[in-house]
Amino acid sequence: MAGPLLEIEDLKVDFRTDEGTVHAVDGVSLSLEAGEVLSIVGESGCGKSVTAMTILGLTRGPNARISGSIRYQGQELTTASNDELETVRGNRIAMVFQDPMSSFNPVHRIGDQIVEAILAHHDIEKEAAHRQAVEALRSVGIPDPETRARHYPFEFSGGMRQRAMIAMALALEPAILIADEPTTALDVTIQAQILELLQDLNQERGLSVVLITHDLGVVAEIAERVMVMYAGQIVEQGTLEEIFYDPQHPYTWGLMGSLTRLDQERPERLPQIGGQPPSLLGLPPGCRFRPRCPHAFDRCAELPGLEHRLAKEPGHLDRCWLEPSEKKEKREVEGRIGLEARKVSV
Amino acid sequence: MAVDPTAPSPGTSAALEPGVALGQTAVAGEGGVGPYKLALRRLRRNRTALAFGAMFLVIVVMCLCAPLYSKYVAHTTPSANHITDTVKVGGKTEDVVSPGGIPIGPTWQGRFFLGADSNGRDVAVRLLYGGRNSLEIGFIATLISCLLATIIALAAGYYRGVIDGVLSRTMDLIWAYPVILLGIALGTALAVGGLDFGLFTVSGASLWIPAIIIGVVYVPYMAKPLRGQVLSLREKEFVEAARSQGAGNLRIMFREILPNVASSIIVFIPLMIANAILLEAALSFLGAGVQPPNPSWGTMIGDGIRLIPSAMHLTLIPGAMLVLAVLGINVFGDGVRDALDPRAEVRIEH
Amino acid sequence: MARFLVRRLLAMVVVLFAISVLTFLIFEAIPNGDPAVRLGGRSSTPETREAIRKDWGFDKPIYEQYAITMRKIFTGTVVSYSQQINVVDEIKRDLPATLSLAIGAGVIWLGFGILFGVISAVNAGKLTDTSLTVLSLIGVSTPVFLLGALVLWAFAYKLTIFPAGGYVPLTQDPWGWLTHMTLPWFVLSVLFIGFYSRVLRSNILDTINEDYVRTARAKGLSERRILIHHVLRNSLIPVVSLWGLDFAAVIGGGAILTETVFNLQGVGQYAATSIQQLDVPPVLVITMFGAFFVVVLSAAVDIVYALLDPRIRLSA
Repeated sequence: MAGPLLEIEDLKVDFRTDEGTVHAVDGVSLSLEAGEVLSIVGESGCGKSVTAMTILGLTRGPNARISGSIRYQGQELTTASNDELETVRGNRIAMVFQDPMSSFNPVHRIGDQIVEAILAHHDIEKEAAHRQAVEALRSVGIPDPETRARHYPFEFSGGMRQRAMIAMALALEPAILIADEPTTALDVTIQAQILELLQDLNQERGLSVVLITHDLGVVAEIAERVMVMYAGQIVEQGTLEEIFYDPQHPYTWGLMGSLTRLDQERPERLPQIGGQPPSLLGLPPGCRFRPRCPHAFDRCAELPGLEHRLAKEPGHLDRCWLEPSEKKEKREVEGRIGLEARKVSV
Repeated sequence: MAVDPTAPSPGTSAALEPGVALGQTAVAGEGGVGPYKLALRRLRRNRTALAFGAMFLVIVVMCLCAPLYSKYVAHTTPSANHITDTVKVGGKTEDVVSPGGIPIGPTWQGRFFLGADSNGRDVAVRLLYGGRNSLEIGFIATLISCLLATIIALAAGYYRGVIDGVLSRTMDLIWAYPVILLGIALGTALAVGGLDFGLFTVSGASLWIPAIIIGVVYVPYMAKPLRGQVLSLREKEFVEAARSQGAGNLRIMFREILPNVASSIIVFIPLMIANAILLEAALSFLGAGVQPPNPSWGTMIGDGIRLIPSAMHLTLIPGAMLVLAVLGINVFGDGVRDALDPRAEVRIEH
Repeated sequence: MARFLVRRLLAMVVVLFAISVLTFLIFEAIPNGDPAVRLGGRSSTPETREAIRKDWGFDKPIYEQYAITMRKIFTGTVVSYSQQINVVDEIKRDLPATLSLAIGAGVIWLGFGILFGVISAVNAGKLTDTSLTVLSLIGVSTPVFLLGALVLWAFAYKLTIFPAGGYVPLTQDPWGWLTHMTLPWFVLSVLFIGFYSRVLRSNILDTINEDYVRTARAKGLSERRILIHHVLRNSLIPVVSLWGLDFAAVIGGGAILTETVFNLQGVGQYAATSIQQLDVPPVLVITMFGAFFVVVLSAAVDIVYALLDPRIRLSA
């Protein structure tokens, strides 16, 4: 298959609200190959979820303005009709959401909800669809799937529910699975199981996964490539090793720094990134991380472009004016990668 | 939840749902605007609600001026009978009540501005006095409902156990009774002899009777949702914190829990006033509410219906006032609810 | 489900008992004078009052009084002293009118309430929605009896399209029945349509923002399927239970006002005239039956609700 499976080019998503226009996504580009696991990381409100939902056209509405291009196997999705989108949704690109409890309709049985998805795309007998639904449940490791299919969502435990969500997403054998914070609402132990499940699916079926999260620990588990987002833009992207061992953007350093690591001495205080993410209503010109960055200098008044600045890592892009040598210097705080706190008055 | 590498950021909304009030993010970030101030701001922006609220206020003021009007403009009282009188209208002398029993329509003059009823009484004067009665009953009934419902909800939700059992069963019982039947039952029973508790008596003709009846009838509609709120608030940490600081039960109920249900109570109030006014009108219309000769919009409509084709004004005028008043407070109440809690679930069965 | 059923029915019986006690207390035990006077009416003679006292056992202890009252009510031997008629017989005679009114109106207001609720929600924010909201606000603020009077005047007197009140039994003259019921149906429905459309609109708008609707869309379901199977299916549940309660309330006495205005000679009107004449025995019986009906129907509604929303029956 030539070319990437999914291509996003300069995606911009604005929302009109009573208080002004919110620039939720401001020029995001990415490409996803078949069988890849890409992770989009960032804190709440950085635009990662909006990006994901826009892929499936879930952000369309009277107050939304979407520009740019999203292409699935060459098919343009931003301008696709509702009918065309309905064919893609679930069938080619599937999505699972953060809270499996509220993401299932509480008054329909789990099995019925999976069957509904199947029947929306395939013209087969109800019994056949039901068998497929049961198989889907089995394939994600839910025991006794025949009985379970007849249960209601509230009769499942949190982890089981998320598995069921994934089963429903996979029942149609999509090429891409977008998982939006799939483990945030779950226990740490269940989290590990779900991530393992996603990894198995990726390796056994060649399923491409886009994993959206704010949790670097999750990223480290299964991602191959990583995109770090901040205030609606990508601030750094590269392979897992590049991002973790050679991060180039101060924000990424901050994220790394606040991870507790077993292989290093425990710091006195867990470093935080001082200040708060900016409101997406009135963004100041220049680098958006500037107010919180202890290394900001005068050039930062101009918004850096997302470019690769390291000759040896052509796929590693970042948005920071600092020289690579300066970056290497500044990113260590007390012997580990991090960001020193800066007194900010936002 | 896994280690969150970022500092807690209260300013941003967690899930960026398209269209959700992201505006609130910007406002809340401005350093602590209290919920009531925010609500007031929202209410002030709601022109419609304010306009209708003003209309209601105008009606209230008009009715309060009833004595002034009757003395200086109409020169009569609400129960004064002018059946055999005549009045000058546009040069002609007309009977206040025609020999066939048809009362005069609006004269648009000082006397009988809105016409007369079949007993020769000045409709405008009765309208204002009647309005005063209807509104008074509405407000008092609402006050009674709120007080009782709050106390019952606090006691039942906080103490639980037997107290809750008894109070909740009583609420269920009153609630199970269709509102109008209960009102009628009480109204009829009390109209004949009033209330006699030995220590004090309330005459059957007193306005307190319908007020108390309506107040009591609506208590469960408020008490049940409030009790639910108290039940869940009771489990929150700040209650535990207060208790560990040595606060007694009463203090916790009134200083910690009550302020948190206050916004629900505030939302309820306009709705209750509207419903109380409507219920009073219905009961009075049937004869189980305000007793003659006291006027109320309901009794006036009841009298007016009998003369429908010939003297429409007797039904239309009090009817219009009633609708305007209730509409005014209803729309305003909707505005209050939207301002305090845009996704409120406060609702009253009529 | 069976366990839920049993529990609910048991609760119902308890409430019925409590209601009977309450009604009894209101009418016969309120501290304000002689119950015999109340039952006999203001113009009753001392002999009648003495007879009442004996018949109803007012000289006996209160729980015996209660038993006697209940027996009289349920064996249909309550008599109105001022009218000299058997109350239950009169009720039976008036029931068809009330049932016609309630059932017809119930169907109409549910249907239109849902229709307008959906239209309002789908067009949320636009002119259609605003107009419907305004109309329903006016509907909710207008007392039934007032609307009835106005409608009667406009369509029966000014424009003689419809008859000016009265009831014609269905079995006797179907067309007459229809024309006589049209205005009362309209009047009784307006209030509820206003209320229901707003409730449904609000439910739909809430449901549309629910996560599971987003999931449904992400699965590639058609908008139509999402609207019906997810949005409406969930939004209608509270509406259905509301309807059951309101319908019961209408039969249980809510029709009083409409019946009076249109002179339908139904049970409600019977109650109303009795009230006006302060003739207590009919009011006692009608109130009791009305309340009973509401309690039974609300138990039925709860059961239907449990059928529709599995969370209720399984998590109970």
